[in-house]
Amino acid sequence: MDFAVVVLVEILYAIASLVLISAGLAVVFGMMKVINLAHGEFMMLGGYVTITAVNSGVNIFIAMLIVAPLVVGLIGLIVERLVIRHLYGRLVDTMLATWGLSLFFIGVATMIFGNTTTGISSPIPGFAIGAYQVNGYNFFIIVVSILLILGVLFVLKSTRLGLIARGAMQRSDMAAALGYSPDKIYMMTFFVGSALSGLAGAVLAPLVGLVPTSGGAFIAKAFITVVAGGPSLVAGLLASSGLFGIVGQVFSFSVSPVMGDVAMLIAAVILLRLLPQGITGRFFKGKL
Amino acid sequence: MTQSWQKELIQTLIVAAVLMYLLPFAINTFTLSILLIYGMLGLSLGLIWGFGGILCFGQAAFFGLGAYAYAIAAVNIGESTFPLLFAILVPALFAMLLGAMMFYGRLADVYLGVITLVVTLILFKFINSTAGPAYVIGKARLGGYNGIPGFQTLNVPGRPDDYIWGDAFYYVCFAALVAVYLLVTCLLRSSFGRIAVGIRENDQRMSLMGYDTRARKTVLFAIGAAIAGLAGGLFANWAEIVTPGLFSLGQSAEIIVWCIVGGLGTRLGPILGAAGLAYLKFLLGQQSLIDNTLITGLILVLFVLFLPKGIVPAVVNLWTVSFGRRPKKSQRNMRRARGGHNG
Repeated sequence: MDFAVVVLVEILYAIASLVLISAGLAVVFGMMKVINLAHGEFMMLGGYVTITAVNSGVNIFIAMLIVAPLVVGLIGLIVERLVIRHLYGRLVDTMLATWGLSLFFIGVATMIFGNTTTGISSPIPGFAIGAYQVNGYNFFIIVVSILLILGVLFVLKSTRLGLIARGAMQRSDMAAALGYSPDKIYMMTFFVGSALSGLAGAVLAPLVGLVPTSGGAFIAKAFITVVAGGPSLVAGLLASSGLFGIVGQVFSFSVSPVMGDVAMLIAAVILLRLLPQGITGRFFKGKL
Repeated sequence: MTQSWQKELIQTLIVAAVLMYLLPFAINTFTLSILLIYGMLGLSLGLIWGFGGILCFGQAAFFGLGAYAYAIAAVNIGESTFPLLFAILVPALFAMLLGAMMFYGRLADVYLGVITLVVTLILFKFINSTAGPAYVIGKARLGGYNGIPGFQTLNVPGRPDDYIWGDAFYYVCFAALVAVYLLVTCLLRSSFGRIAVGIRENDQRMSLMGYDTRARKTVLFAIGAAIAGLAGGLFANWAEIVTPGLFSLGQSAEIIVWCIVGGLGTRLGPILGAAGLAYLKFLLGQQSLIDNTLITGLILVLFVLFLPKGIVPAVVNLWTVSFGRRPKKSQRNMRRARGGHNG
């Protein structure tokens, strides 16, 4: 019984962390059709910003939830203005340029922080379920990602900003004709996407030892989750995170953690072969 | 047609022979060998991406598979001729299966990128986790993160004790690269190559004309993988150890950078890009002021932004603009000749 609860918590945690990892990429891909391969490095930067802020005396929750997203969002803004806006509509070129950016950021982080593992301790203590010890921080991640999804839904559905963003997503020329500059909308979207990446990196920072190349571990998962999710932003994100989270954890528990990762990747390959447009290309059509 | 082919063949061979003789005066042969191997790896992606329009994010997977196939076979056989064949065949077969799965599923651009990337990661994770004694193929332990050291390196076919190393290995690499280059040239001149370029330009139109684009892409993909595998086999001989790092994303990224910088849609571009950038990296590795990855990244970004066609096409353009008043036919020949001298 206790074991079942632990597995359930772990599965929920896996899904939540996938949602968290992929949210930034999903916003940018869903709204702008730009695949940001530097996404993992934005997360890595978010982690470093948190650690630096905490070490200089900022409260850890403020550092994670406010400082890191803002700083990484601003970095994203600079990147969008300098590089990405020149490449809209050229999918492959943006992928290559952002891959270059990811290498660039790895280099920058290596030069500033050195090629060593840094980390901060988790602010929430663990507790026991029966005979098993559970990391209390996992619950924090689950809560954060639920709030994140609700927040994105709220902004997209119930605010004027979300309406404009959705309009620009469907017909950018029509939005432009109505007086909203797509350029500005894209800029804002990329800012929000990068901020979400920064948030994800910051929230996950206490769980992983951070090295400049940490981003690589996230990008593949985020990439497959978003692409397998398909065109609908929130529904796709939830559907594919749920699927991959369950597959990954089931195989982690029954075989080994490495096999869990491998199984997740294989599931992604099979899924894309069967549903090339992603899950929401076939199911949940027209949802957000 | 055959005459121009003969002319090009002779030109290539002469230029190659001169370079093979001259290069060791500038750079030592040990470094040159790896530059040649990377050149071959660059050419493999240059073929399938530049001429077939298949953007593979996982060319490193075939490179690594080739290296591992060589190492495992060499440990088991104790002679190098068959292992080198395995290094070509294993990646080619793997690519054929993977390619068939992707192309018959009509997957294109982003999805192709995702799948090749993911497959590379799967291999990377799998090989990394094979440290235990349970993972054995024949006599070879896969060794996980530590890789496989101490296998039989290249020897004269049939005589396992006559090792080919040092200068001789450099000549073997050079000959192999020239052979692959000529093979690619030959392939591109054949109808198969022309149709591949046609598919790159417009897949739908080619299939409406009655060509089975799926099968053709699969075969081209496998040929690219075979070349990458050969490069991997040679790399295993050069490094004398194979590690999971061969499958890493960084390695894949580098191959793509070589192609972009050198120039897509050319044969020499990826080779020059690979050798040039690898040498630059080698030189940069000797200083510690600026991080190496940073520069690779910066080069990729700047090239995508400002010179998306790469160096070789840009130079060719400059040439045609400067000396452009020639009849069309001979202009073409000039391009090839110029390419040859430059390489």
